[in-house]
Amino acid sequence: MPNNFLRGFWKVSWVETKVFMREPMGFIGTIAMPAIIFVVMGRAFGATRPAGALAGVTAISPPRFNVAILAAIVIAVGAVQSLVAIIAIYREGGILKRLRATPLSPVTILGAHVAVKLGFTVVSLALVVLAGRRLFPGVMQVNVFSFSAAVLLSTLSILSLGFVLASLVPTARFAQPIGAVVMYPMVALSGLFFPLSQLPRALQAVAYALPTTHAVALLQGVWDGSGWSAHWMNVGALGLIFVVFSALSTRVFRWE
Amino acid sequence: MAATLSQNPAGRRSVIAVSRLGKRYGKLVAVDDVSLEVREGEIFGLIGPNGAGKTTTMECVQGHRIPDTGTIAVLGLDPRRDANALRQRIGVQHQEAHLQKRIKVWEAVDLWASLYNRVTDGDALLARLGLDAKRDAWFMTLSGGQKQRLFIALALIHEPEVVFLDELTTGLDPQARRAIWDLVTGIRDRGATVFMTTHLMEEAERLCDRVAIIERGRIIEVGTPDELVRKHCPERSVVFTSDDEHVAERLRGMATVKLATSVGATHTIRGEGDDFVTAIIGYIANGGIRVRGFRTEIPTLEDVFLKLTGHTIRD
Repeated sequence: MPNNFLRGFWKVSWVETKVFMREPMGFIGTIAMPAIIFVVMGRAFGATRPAGALAGVTAISPPRFNVAILAAIVIAVGAVQSLVAIIAIYREGGILKRLRATPLSPVTILGAHVAVKLGFTVVSLALVVLAGRRLFPGVMQVNVFSFSAAVLLSTLSILSLGFVLASLVPTARFAQPIGAVVMYPMVALSGLFFPLSQLPRALQAVAYALPTTHAVALLQGVWDGSGWSAHWMNVGALGLIFVVFSALSTRVFRWE
Repeated sequence: MAATLSQNPAGRRSVIAVSRLGKRYGKLVAVDDVSLEVREGEIFGLIGPNGAGKTTTMECVQGHRIPDTGTIAVLGLDPRRDANALRQRIGVQHQEAHLQKRIKVWEAVDLWASLYNRVTDGDALLARLGLDAKRDAWFMTLSGGQKQRLFIALALIHEPEVVFLDELTTGLDPQARRAIWDLVTGIRDRGATVFMTTHLMEEAERLCDRVAIIERGRIIEVGTPDELVRKHCPERSVVFTSDDEHVAERLRGMATVKLATSVGATHTIRGEGDDFVTAIIGYIANGGIRVRGFRTEIPTLEDVFLKLTGHTIRD
């Protein structure tokens, strides 16, 4: 029931946003860090970029490359590390149990966490784009609508994996290491660092089963201006992962 | 179920009716054939040691846990089937619960208030619970007693008809505990029914109109604290100091006295029944015996528990 879902949804989301921003390093670490890294890196590489690159010169502009990488990492960190830790802490502290004892629907409680993570991702990436437009005029021309849609799909897909992990971690103490054990290989195998074709076959299979791999391909493609049709496989994979992991997490999610 | 709303012998409406409740976790039997009734306007205490099945019973009644067997009615509703309707009418406080570390007191109250159809004024409620000065404080900065008072506020924000309190004062210092006790009697005095659990016998004795003693998932006795003490521990003792060397000997002659012993000038006289203490006072007064100190030793729920289970509640 949509009415049921919306009862408390905005309020819970807003409270979670405020609570997160009050964490030490909450704003800097989550929202501003990608933009700061982008600016620092962009300046370092941007200085060597030939001004007004000539037609025919096949140099990849570093800032352009960085945004897709940053987006993928921001999403993966938010969805896997941060979400898993928050859910584990809330479960251990009985916060989830207490919220469930209210008229809030369970979907609303978890939906608010999705909304908050999505919000942070969007704001931090918007900061990156704004900083980029200011510092490197001309190279940040991207279809904002299309890129946002890619960010949305990627985030939902990776978050659904995060919820399954959050269900599996036994205690809050394990959340950090388990999140790390999943996230680092996921990012490493995503094609950000080495081309997938250079991986051994077995690892390639693993890589294609992970949402980050498809998220990186889609984000990079959309950023570089290729259409969604060129990435229908990635879109399909992200959608499939979202559906499968969301369904799985409704079965295995533990409130206490 | 119409039967659950019938008048009980005390003439008060039954608010909670549990019949033959059973719940196991794997091989562990947490609750075994529990039946109980909570009456409108009373503070009912489920008392017993940790692991006796108090919380499991309470959570089944709240609808948060699915019983294996038995039936439950709360305000005439089924806690599972009518969960949504019931949530608007019951207030809960969980054992050892937390909130978000950095949520402010007013934010929590405001959030909870937004979830219910009908709510009381949050600021007035905080003032009544002595939390008005902490309105803008983060949850993590509150003391144990303040946290529990906030949880009481969250349980009361929608003026529920039934309030569930699970080990409300565990871990609090005596002063904070006393302050909480006053709040709990206040809840009853405003017309709500309270169903609480505790492993503190003193707390049960002070607060509860009726108690059920639960041991290894079974209810072994129900009644008012006074009734239970009279029934199971009728023995009374009078301890007094007197320089009259023969006083113990003389008292031993009384029919109601079971035992009289002396250590120096301190005399301990044991007997049974409500009239025992009066009889001894009468004897001392009539006999013109000069007494320097006088006290009575009357058994408590703690003694009842020991007698019924063979161990103390802290074992």
